[in-house]
Amino acid sequence: MKYLLMIYADETAMLAAAPENRTVMTSSYAAYIDAMQKAGVHLGGARLRPTTSATSIRVRNGKNEVLNGPYAETKEQLGGYFLIDAPDLDSAIAWASRCPGAASGAIEVRPVWDMQTP
Amino acid sequence: MTADSDARAVAEAVARRSYGKLVAFLSARSRNVAAAEDALADAFARALTEWPLRGAPDRPEAWLMTVAKRRLIDASRRKRTADDAVEHLRLLADEAGGDAEAIPDERLALMFACAHPAIDPGVRAPLILQTVLGFDAATIASAFLVAPATMGQRLSRAKAKIRHAGVPFRIPDRNEAPERLEATLDAIYAAFSEGWTDPAGADARRRNLAGEAIWLGRLVMSLAPEEPEALGLVALMLHAEARRGARRDRAGEFVPLAEQDPALWNDAMIAEAETLLAKASRMAGAVGRYQLEAAVQSAHAIRRRAGTADWRAIAAIYDALVAMTGSPVVAINRAVAISHRDGASEGLAALDELVLDARLAEYQPYWAARADLAARTGDSAEASAAYRRAIGLEPDPAVRRFLLRREAALHRHGAD
Repeated sequence: MKYLLMIYADETAMLAAAPENRTVMTSSYAAYIDAMQKAGVHLGGARLRPTTSATSIRVRNGKNEVLNGPYAETKEQLGGYFLIDAPDLDSAIAWASRCPGAASGAIEVRPVWDMQTP
Repeated sequence: MTADSDARAVAEAVARRSYGKLVAFLSARSRNVAAAEDALADAFARALTEWPLRGAPDRPEAWLMTVAKRRLIDASRRKRTADDAVEHLRLLADEAGGDAEAIPDERLALMFACAHPAIDPGVRAPLILQTVLGFDAATIASAFLVAPATMGQRLSRAKAKIRHAGVPFRIPDRNEAPERLEATLDAIYAAFSEGWTDPAGADARRRNLAGEAIWLGRLVMSLAPEEPEALGLVALMLHAEARRGARRDRAGEFVPLAEQDPALWNDAMIAEAETLLAKASRMAGAVGRYQLEAAVQSAHAIRRRAGTADWRAIAAIYDALVAMTGSPVVAINRAVAISHRDGASEGLAALDELVLDARLAEYQPYWAARADLAARTGDSAEASAAYRRAIGLEPDPAVRRFLLRREAALHRHGAD
């Protein structure tokens, strides 16, 4: 099954982090991605730029509404994601718990809707 | 017996023995519990029309399995999706090579799926009752005091979650996830507690629930014989169940544990509980919450022979339970045990140590304990106030009447 792991964290704290902490974070993520690839579960993933760079678009009555900012203002923000292929939820939870972001923020695990099943 | 009632009796016996086994087997790989239940319901319906005519088959369980499997195959044939195609092929392969005689027992894996951390804790016990025992939503709803439609919704949401989120049917390794077994035992104990809140046994559905929970506990015990906590849970439930008949007097009035006549306790159940507890203590693994709780009940049961409960042991076990669980409910029981060991004011002091959070302020046993301890120290003003809080929080009319009598006695003594 495919699962999306969404990494939520306080981006202000992330941006304010000391350089040495950032280095630790970067190498932790590199090792994590490497482990996922070696295990054959990694399908993709990316780090996102902060929500200050976000733009939200809605189309209402045929008109584009373009708003500066994220879809919702939250205490913690979506900062990145991984798409993985895992046999079941327990395996997906195990991978989410290994994500460096889980130690400070939260990882939301969502099964991907396989468009071939109703 | 007529052929009809005969067939019905066989079907009911098979349902009792094998329902959960069949659901577990039919849904273990697809994780589609609802489809397995539907297929099985069809199979039982067919059994009730065919068995009276031709007689019940020699192997009713295998018969039901075959019919239910064909239903699933038919259902998947009608679907056109890739996932269903895979499922279809699997079912066909199963049917070709499957030995219906040896249906593997995957009920424990099913129970672990129902009590998975991804499933809302409140629906775990209802889900186990439905999938393993075949209870319908309306029966479960009435036992848990919830509207049937609400319960039906919760159950189908949980089944959808199992299916779509990929909750696995597997028994996690004890070292990997000891809390998973605990969650499963907790769900069974929750079912037992719901049955226990009807001590008069007036509500047959709730009374049955206690018995069914004991049955589920025994099932876990037989499927996971290396788990001492499973034995602890069954011992705890048996000890509690053994006292059911003593909890009300002839007039239906509430009798607190301390005033129960031990002669009314069920000796056979207590003996079995003691045997299980002794067996659990000889097994490897840490002593968990259920073994400790059962040990408390065991120390109460000593009153049958010794004339008094072993309060020294009870207080010591509650010390361990408080350290393990941090539960305020356990802390209340510990304070009561201390009052019997050291005296009422010592018990009251232990109760005072509890930070009164909002939950406790609405918790009847806290106020009932406080009232009793205050009365024993002679502080009838405080006792009276606490009794009133307890009476206001108690939903059971018999217990309410008991507390009212206690409160009235307070004033009588005060007037002396």
